[in-house]
Amino acid sequence: MEPMIRVEKVSKRFITKAGPVDALENVSFEVEKGDIFGIIGLSGAGKSTMVRCLNLLEQPSEGRVLVDGKNLMELPDRELRKARQNIGMIFQHFNLLMQRNVLDNVCFPMEIAGVKRKEAKARAMELLKTVGLEEKAKAYPSQLSGGQKQRVAIARVLANNPQILLCDEATSALDPQTTKSILTLLKSINETYGITIVVITHEMSVVQEICRHVAVLDHGHLAEYGTVKDLFHSPKTEAARKLILSGPQQIERMRGKRLIRVTFSNHSAFEPMIGNVILEYKTPLNILYADTKTIDGNAEGEMILQLPESKEIADQMIQYFIDKNLGVEELKDYVG
Amino acid sequence: MWDETIVIMLLEGTRDTLYMTLMSTLFGYLLGLPLGVVLAITDKEGIRPHPVIYKVLDFVVNLIRSIPFLILLILVIPITKFIVGKSYGSTATIVPLVIAAAPFIARMVESSLKEVDKGVVEAALSMGASTWTIIWKVLLAEARTSLLVGVTIAIGTILGYSAMAGIVGGGGLGDIASRYGYYRYQTDIMIVTIVILVVLVQILQGIGMMLSKKLDRRRS
Repeated sequence: MEPMIRVEKVSKRFITKAGPVDALENVSFEVEKGDIFGIIGLSGAGKSTMVRCLNLLEQPSEGRVLVDGKNLMELPDRELRKARQNIGMIFQHFNLLMQRNVLDNVCFPMEIAGVKRKEAKARAMELLKTVGLEEKAKAYPSQLSGGQKQRVAIARVLANNPQILLCDEATSALDPQTTKSILTLLKSINETYGITIVVITHEMSVVQEICRHVAVLDHGHLAEYGTVKDLFHSPKTEAARKLILSGPQQIERMRGKRLIRVTFSNHSAFEPMIGNVILEYKTPLNILYADTKTIDGNAEGEMILQLPESKEIADQMIQYFIDKNLGVEELKDYVG
Repeated sequence: MWDETIVIMLLEGTRDTLYMTLMSTLFGYLLGLPLGVVLAITDKEGIRPHPVIYKVLDFVVNLIRSIPFLILLILVIPITKFIVGKSYGSTATIVPLVIAAAPFIARMVESSLKEVDKGVVEAALSMGASTWTIIWKVLLAEARTSLLVGVTIAIGTILGYSAMAGIVGGGGLGDIASRYGYYRYQTDIMIVTIVILVVLVQILQGIGMMLSKKLDRRRS
């Protein structure tokens, strides 16, 4: 099947006063139709530039971007604008028109697309119902909370029935509870309308919550890319490990001890692994961090363990976990 | 001194001043508003960056703004004669007033439009909005409060300039003030004209501010 989005060897160079800056270098990946795809990276990794290359708000310096098989860079201005109506985008700071009420904000993209005023209003009302804000139709953005503003932005982005929805740090300005409700809304939009969603974020928790596939960006390079599950259990690059460990923040203080990160999924969660290993080797070990997450509908757990001083026993314990099919990696210099 | 002729003269002066000020503001905006829009969108950060157009307009605007109004008044007499047919009187004064006000208005419009949140412009671009739509429905619509404050400032400034035009026979309250107050030492008449000017500025300023507040939806 033709992917919804195909990014081919995209590079982007900005010319600044301090000289050229390569925001993206030779990045390639594909996003399947109907997927929720995460692009994660620390700030300055090039995520925002990457997502803007998908609707050509930024022009790639090299490479191609194919959306639904079409190379946007070859389209004349008028057709590019038409194509953009098919690629919705929501933002960290919502970017609503402050001088228009909620209803007129949702009507705005339909004005651009040339929908009749009466039809637009009816559809806008319907969309506000979908996001649970129909009673706020006459309110102005300044009267809404952050979560409500993002809901208006989501209603607005759905107005022209886009095939793709780009989310640029859409939950970064929201508190954890609101973040959760917005992510749930995005997920239900993905399921109801089959819209392909690309999520840009610096938070692993967001990716784990809703994405099926993920690309890790690191200083403008694609560090790795695959399913969220694989990334969780066996991150291959340092950049990915850093992002995964950004959850347990107290890790900084654990530097210098012999630590391992163990991941387990559904079946192994029922077996008392830690208890067993302690009984087996008659040596205690220390649980520094433990958490269970739902990734793509499955319960996935992670623990950070401090192993006993004895190298022999520690190595045996690691082997024990590996034999039990758990994901194991030692945390050394890259911690923190 | 308060005979009928003086009262009529003051009333006519007020009418002429209002006529010059409002007409100059109107024509000033007809020229200055599009000029300001072009400056705002052709700037590096604008939606249609164009360094050549921006630099040329930027230079012309600065050039005219750096000429003192009194000098400009005399400098543009040939143009005034060409457009109006004479170089004195209220209507003739509108020409130099517009020439002086348009660049100043353009700058204020430019700065108002640049205050509009870049994110909102980006959102409109991502929806496939054309340049024209963004100018009309995003930049001008979102900046309307700031633009109206600009109109109020422009009216105040043009009113001040129009009084200066009195020196070269421009008519209006400035003309009366200089003729009676300066040349004939009739301080009382000068003071009355000043009071009228102050009241006019206050009223126009008040209306402008009220409108801009009323049209602002950002905080309510």
